[in-house]
Amino acid sequence: MTTPRPGHLPSPYASDGSSANLADILERVLDKGVVIAGDIRINLLDIELLTIKLRLVVASVDRAKEMGIDWWESDPALSSRARHSELASENAELQRRIAELEERTA
Amino acid sequence: MSADRLRYVYAVTRPFDGVLPEGVQGIDGEPPRLLRHGDLIAVTGAVPAEDFDEAPLRARLEDLDWLAATARAHDAVVAALSTVTCPLPLRLATVCRDDSGVRRLLEEGHERFVRALQRLDGRVEWGVKVYAEPGAGAGAEDAPPAAPGAGGSGRDYLRRRLEARRSREGDWERADALCRRLHAELSGLAEAATVHRPQDARLSGAAGVNVLNAAYLVDRTRSQGFVELVEAVSEPGVRVELTGPWAPYSFAGIAEEGPVESDAVAAGTREAGR
Repeated sequence: MTTPRPGHLPSPYASDGSSANLADILERVLDKGVVIAGDIRINLLDIELLTIKLRLVVASVDRAKEMGIDWWESDPALSSRARHSELASENAELQRRIAELEERTA
Repeated sequence: MSADRLRYVYAVTRPFDGVLPEGVQGIDGEPPRLLRHGDLIAVTGAVPAEDFDEAPLRARLEDLDWLAATARAHDAVVAALSTVTCPLPLRLATVCRDDSGVRRLLEEGHERFVRALQRLDGRVEWGVKVYAEPGAGAGAEDAPPAAPGAGGSGRDYLRRRLEARRSREGDWERADALCRRLHAELSGLAEAATVHRPQDARLSGAAGVNVLNAAYLVDRTRSQGFVELVEAVSEPGVRVELTGPWAPYSFAGIAEEGPVESDAVAAGTREAGR
């Protein structure tokens, strides 16, 4: 079931499509991977039922948050939202400093 | 080429010397075809238009069994490619009308593909999941409590409930601490790391509650050390699961190249899911 990988890669946990957990595969092939438009144009996120199913399938974030495990939300390295608020505050700070400099040079 | 066959594109690679493992089958049950255009190769397969043209595809994608089979076939091809080269996996259901459509796709995406292939060369993705199994001895959290009259007084019952809850809280704290520590250590060995949404047991069928679901982009040469680090984890009430090596799905996107846009989309869909 496992296939030899170049460079003596340890491969005891083959993701060969038959043994891998379906959730692991779906979250990768549906949610990751390069998005480029072919001739058949379908945005996977537009498919409502599919999206709802996948929420069920790969989402228990709320449950985790109920238990107080939400560190990925506030760690800037992990959370795009946190990164956004970080960017926003950095932006505000830069604007403030520009205004200050402009005042000085005026 | 007959009109009722479309071209499904699994992945894009650099030209490679090796031969795909015998018996690799794509969605159509046939070995994938390599279509070279310039300095890139599209890995394709013929698929029936009755499934993959726009309208039927929309309907098919709602069918979880069909979706599962298609996703497994997609991954089987990508995994086979990983044995001979470093593929850039495309998202499920990237479909062109014919070979010239595939060439056009390669041309349009050329810069992105080349940059991503360069970034990912020689690297693989490992998945690490941490499951908390709090109060493993105390029964499931959601299980209805035993009737108060069953063993001792109401006060005994309440005390037992309180003790059980305290012990579970300790379990959560330990699981949380382990996730932070492990994620920091593994990130140190990885070229990049990303955290996926925790998985719901209804699909994964895994025991316990998934509290960390992360992916790491690791150099092939450092993979042995990475695997050993994951395998060395031992903590009561916590289970660590390693998957891979995967093709670098989680790092194939262009997030690094357009962080604001793609993150805004990701954050938007996340919000929508709440």
